[in-house]
Amino acid sequence: MSKENFLGRSLVSILDYGKDDYLTIMEVAKHFEANPVQNILSGKVIATLFFEPSTRTRLSFESAVNKLNGKIIGFTDASTSSVKKGESLKDTIQTVANYSDLIVMRHPIEGSARYASEVSKVPVVNAGDGANQHPTQTLLDLYSILKTQNTLDNLEITLVGDLKYGRTVHSLIMAMSHFNPKFNLVSPPTLKLPDEYKLFLKEKNIPFAEFENITDTIKTTDILYVTRIQKERFSDPIEYEKVKNSYVLRNEMLEGTKDNLRVLHPLPRVNEISTDVDSNPKAYYFQQALNGVYVRQAIIALILGLI
Amino acid sequence: MVKENKELKVSAIKEGTVIDHIPASKLFKVIEILSLDKIDKQITFGTNLESKKLGRKAIIKISDKFFEEDEINKIALIAPDAKLNIIKDYEVVEKKVVKLPKQIHGIVKCVNPKCITNYEDVPPKFTVLEKNGKVALKCNYCEKITDEENIKLL
Repeated sequence: MSKENFLGRSLVSILDYGKDDYLTIMEVAKHFEANPVQNILSGKVIATLFFEPSTRTRLSFESAVNKLNGKIIGFTDASTSSVKKGESLKDTIQTVANYSDLIVMRHPIEGSARYASEVSKVPVVNAGDGANQHPTQTLLDLYSILKTQNTLDNLEITLVGDLKYGRTVHSLIMAMSHFNPKFNLVSPPTLKLPDEYKLFLKEKNIPFAEFENITDTIKTTDILYVTRIQKERFSDPIEYEKVKNSYVLRNEMLEGTKDNLRVLHPLPRVNEISTDVDSNPKAYYFQQALNGVYVRQAIIALILGLI
Repeated sequence: MVKENKELKVSAIKEGTVIDHIPASKLFKVIEILSLDKIDKQITFGTNLESKKLGRKAIIKISDKFFEEDEINKIALIAPDAKLNIIKDYEVVEKKVVKLPKQIHGIVKCVNPKCITNYEDVPPKFTVLEKNGKVALKCNYCEKITDEENIKLL
């Protein structure tokens, strides 16, 4: 395990890390899952700067810190901070870096996390920078896959929904590319995976194929990763109405699927997984969210050198 | 009637650097990128000179100035065919071509309107990639690719 690779270093993009780093985080997350309440962040202050609201991600980070007895400062949306007065990101970060040991930042502008990491004297953890990266989500996805399949290697992964704009899907493809996967891509024609990612898969000799129905590939799937089709992605509301119900996972679709299949979703869910799936033992999305707490504990502890 | 000798004569320099084969339309950008407007050396510019390869080319002769490789390579994006002649005692002692650097700082605007470099006072930084034989710039901030066709100078 190469824990030194994380020490004092900002976590900005999944692309900054390799297979060994992912496995290190998985190993440490497993430790926190077994011992989630500890005293290791005692005396540490973690800033959570949410320039746009993301309740789920923020609560997950704050739960992770609270369980390790750290203190939290921050804001939950930019309208309540000095950003509203016109303060630059650089000034906000440099100021908050004086008050904290680590900054967790969510920001709507792409590349803001890299920039924050350059101007901050304390490490920055990217909790989402616009449509670009959300590395802790990807790492908790990996952890959930590992936990449910007992391996990350040689899995058949079906990605469903908005594959064009879905940040979590793009990062998951990049991260899983180290583990010899096979991808099934299920999306409306207008929301297909962008060419740059298909090119990436081809270059890495990773098999993939595109489908229009969930049921086309569900029988051979190990991980069914469902994402939300966002209304705001469609300029024409009629187009949205046409596709919104064609990518809904219903409980009966899971009949005859592999025993080890698990359904993942980055949440929030709207209607793309019908509620009758929730009680199916193959539904894993709420446990997946819980895994986020352990993964975030692992990341913070690794960066601050506390483990 | 005797024909005039129409050959263009730009005075030779004793020591320094001659940058040749600059596309004529890019001369002023090259001046800007190399900050030639801020140095106090003797500089001669020629532009709209005939060139078989470029149509119209520009040339810059700078006395007593020798560039570091990193510095001169910045112009490779806009003048990929530029050639450098290093002059010592009126003789060309070395010829060089410009090479694309691995990283480009400033100079180019990120194509992504949602990139932090287009919002705050952050100089863009790119990693230079080759894509289908063409130059592509990957933004170090937003990670989006700016293709050769979309390269816009700052």
